[in-house]
Amino acid sequence: MGQILKVENINVYYGAIHAIKGISFDVNEGEIVTLIGANGAGKSTTLQTISGLLHSQTGSIIFNGENISHVPSHKLVRKGLAQVPEGRRIFLQMSVEENLEMGAFTQKNSGVDEDLEAVYERFPRLRERKKQIAGTLSGGEQQMLAMGRALMSHPKLLMLDEPSMGLAPILVEQIFDIIKELHKSGTTILLVEQNAQMALSVADRAYVLETGKITLSGTGRELAESDAVKKAYLGG
Amino acid sequence: MEFLSYLISGISLGSVYAIIALGYTMVYGIAKMLNFAHGDIIMVGGYVSLMAISSMGLPSWAAVLLAMLVCTVLGVVIEGLAYKPLRAAPSLAVLITAIGVSYFLQNAALLVWGANPKAYSPVIEGAFKLFDGRLTVSYIALLTVLMCLVIMVALSFFTGKTKMGKAMRACSEDKAAAQLMGINVNSTISLTFAIGSALAAIAGVLLCSSYTSLMPTTGSMPGIKAFTAAVFGGIGSIPGAFLGGLLLGIIESMAKAYISTQLANSIVFAVLIVTLLVRPAGLLGKYVPEKV
Repeated sequence: MGQILKVENINVYYGAIHAIKGISFDVNEGEIVTLIGANGAGKSTTLQTISGLLHSQTGSIIFNGENISHVPSHKLVRKGLAQVPEGRRIFLQMSVEENLEMGAFTQKNSGVDEDLEAVYERFPRLRERKKQIAGTLSGGEQQMLAMGRALMSHPKLLMLDEPSMGLAPILVEQIFDIIKELHKSGTTILLVEQNAQMALSVADRAYVLETGKITLSGTGRELAESDAVKKAYLGG
Repeated sequence: MEFLSYLISGISLGSVYAIIALGYTMVYGIAKMLNFAHGDIIMVGGYVSLMAISSMGLPSWAAVLLAMLVCTVLGVVIEGLAYKPLRAAPSLAVLITAIGVSYFLQNAALLVWGANPKAYSPVIEGAFKLFDGRLTVSYIALLTVLMCLVIMVALSFFTGKTKMGKAMRACSEDKAAAQLMGINVNSTISLTFAIGSALAAIAGVLLCSSYTSLMPTTGSMPGIKAFTAAVFGGIGSIPGAFLGGLLLGIIESMAKAYISTQLANSIVFAVLIVTLLVRPAGLLGKYVPEKV
């Protein structure tokens, strides 16, 4: 198993606020790795730094053997990095199919139809609604669309930012089932979640983030059973 | 018959407004800024086509193409030099910069071409007469309406069906998400300015052909009217700009004919105010609530 992502000693500031304080972690090919932590711990900031929307003052981000810390955001998709952003951020005024086409922006036109078919296969609800304006979808459907959109670029690493946010428990289960399926079919996933219980249940490895620092790490099971994590995130 | 004649001139004037408004609205939709220099690009387009015809002796169609080329380059350069460095700045700073660019262009034109109005002969002359000569429709009026329709259809096709056009809409909705799709937001904004400025050049030629005179401030009033048209129709919306432009032209022409020439502009802006009171997003402006 090769290493697909290696984040080393990144520091990110919002003005005077030191949001990420020297974080290092890595993701191996084929794994689901999760970053869990409370609101404001720096999980989304970390993902946005990897995807180039924010920048670290120090350290390096090695993706697939290449230092991407200074590569502009829009060039990362072509290299195989896709992110499903927090709050889904689908294009609400465009149709479902157009959203998926945007996911394939960096792909050759010839393969797009086949990829659309694969996404519709995985998310039959999206096929039913392909001509509908994305803003009319329910929250769960929007999350599926955001994930389908990211898959259109054939990512080597799929980063999911809070996919369960704002969804009813039954939909959260559904989304995590999809994550498990994606993992089974060989997609490498970096998952950021507040829902620690769900995240740890699917993760191969996990890191706990607290106020910009990694305080714990281990396999998903180890952390799920650790007293510190239980106390802080799993309700006793 | 008189009414019909006013209506036709209104539609023709409105078509010019619509072409300008399309440029305004596209730039606003994507860069989220009001490019107040847009009207002055029209003026530059007018001068370039005039020079091309009178000094270089080019045929009309070549003059129009040259004007489009010059304006496209000008638009992209203005965006790169003046607006791009302000991408993260507050919108007020960008707005003031745009006003500055507008004055810069007007004064540069004053320096290069002088303050005196220049006579501009229409790119096509002549007219045809209907109803035993009681109704005259100039070819330029017809060409203006036709151009407007062609541009409208082409833009709708571009933004609705092509990959780049869809990417443009994606940028207009959410720049960060568009970047995550691999779309280069900066070059998309440049492309928008290029298209908007090329349209302004066409509008410049058509406008000067209708009014047959040209001076450094020629673009400013039509620019403001077209901006009004874009807001009237719903800023950011392409069909809105088209509809807003046409209606504005017709209202202006009718107000001039039946109410008062002096009051025509006041009436136009009064209609805008009333419309915005009733429909704050404009006639076709969209409001899509965000699901959380």
